[in-house]
Amino acid sequence: MGALLLAIVRRDLLLAWRRRTDVATVVLFFLIVVSLFPLGVGPEPNLLRTIAPGIIWVAALLACMLSLQQLFASDHADGVLDQMLLAAAPLGLIVIARAFAHWLISGLPLVLLSPLLAVQFDLQAELYPVLALSLLLGTPILTLTGAIGAALTLGLRGGGMLLALLVLPLYVPVLILGAGAVDAAAAGLGADAHLLLLGAQLVLTATFAPWAVSTALRIAAE
Amino acid sequence: MNQPAQPPALWAGGINWFKYAAPQTFYPLAGTMIPWFGWAAAVLCVAGLYIGFFIAPTDHQQGESYRIIFIHVPAAWMSMLVYLAMAFWAAVGLTFNTRLSHMMATALAPTGALLTFLALWTGALWGKPTWGTWWAWDARMTSELILLFLYFGFMGLQAGIDDPRRADRAGAVLALVGVVNIPIIYFSVKWWNTLHQGASVSLTSAPTMAATMLAGMLLMALAAWFYTIAATLHRVRSIILEREHGAEWTRPLRENPR
Repeated sequence: MGALLLAIVRRDLLLAWRRRTDVATVVLFFLIVVSLFPLGVGPEPNLLRTIAPGIIWVAALLACMLSLQQLFASDHADGVLDQMLLAAAPLGLIVIARAFAHWLISGLPLVLLSPLLAVQFDLQAELYPVLALSLLLGTPILTLTGAIGAALTLGLRGGGMLLALLVLPLYVPVLILGAGAVDAAAAGLGADAHLLLLGAQLVLTATFAPWAVSTALRIAAE
Repeated sequence: MNQPAQPPALWAGGINWFKYAAPQTFYPLAGTMIPWFGWAAAVLCVAGLYIGFFIAPTDHQQGESYRIIFIHVPAAWMSMLVYLAMAFWAAVGLTFNTRLSHMMATALAPTGALLTFLALWTGALWGKPTWGTWWAWDARMTSELILLFLYFGFMGLQAGIDDPRRADRAGAVLALVGVVNIPIIYFSVKWWNTLHQGASVSLTSAPTMAATMLAGMLLMALAAWFYTIAATLHRVRSIILEREHGAEWTRPLRENPR
């Protein structure tokens, strides 16, 4: 089992490395969207400090959502997905490995870049770890929940916009808890409650999402 | 040993509970039920609105504007219930692989979206005179709005898939994922709201309702139930005809629709 997981993660990371620009696009999208907001609402530092957690989180949501189409699309196109459905290993396990690899290339960069954006928005230094931690707990939920949508819309015309319609309402709790963690820490209330709830949701999603993704993939491949 | 071979069916009390799972047998049954539920909805609606608008007393805090709850509250109740019903049929369809269950889920979605929209709209109409604003990001309103998006997602997904079988089953998975998420969404929104701002007026702290108000509301709630059933049955009949277009039994219906 461990060897299988490792092999899938390695394969996906290798493929991502061969197509580095795809990975870079997601990260650049995240940076650009966040940088657009001060241009829209004005450079007033107090205002920026207030809206920073929300903006960074919404941008992370959108970046994660846009990267989802890469999750299964190319494998669906070249038939690798059919082989995975036929494989002896449980499909749920394969899904977990693929989601983890996808998170490493689309979610983790956002976590690592978040302090840089926090500087841009003049957030207090003690909030950097809270923001990064909330993204660290939240982005895997986005990837796992989004994988359900990606599997359901596999190979459909207009799949991208449809994916947004399916997935964004389900992202609401993550956005509230993630941005709320930073807000609560900024207000001196402590972010523990939000972060614990995010962690609970991560456990819940990691338990049930692979099943839903497997079912959706089987439906799409029929 | 001598019993005739039977299809695997759920037999209990001498009744084959799967008999009406076949679109062919359900189509005429739905046809007979629609007028009953439709007329019951119409009568209950007239009675409920009469009690609500003419008999129920004026509220001493909110004046006449409170009367919108006779439409608003039943619509809001039904909007949530319909999603549960949709998820139920989706689960039945995925488990037993019955086509009719999926058709029921598909038929419920537009009615659910309509009632959700009605609840939001009447809520806004009530909010303007009472809270002084059309929209307040109140926890209930926000989660109702997200419910509307969930309905749109379900309908969008089914509309986006050409193969009916895949559309059915993909929609079913989405409905089940949505129903698991609804409590999480509701509580996160509620918590987010209390962190940011309190609700200006809470329904729970309002004085206890007069008996006639309650009667009007319950009548309207029943009317909403019956309307939903009638509308869904009507829509499911259309879906059956669409899907079974090539089947032999639909030919007389196609040539001479009743």
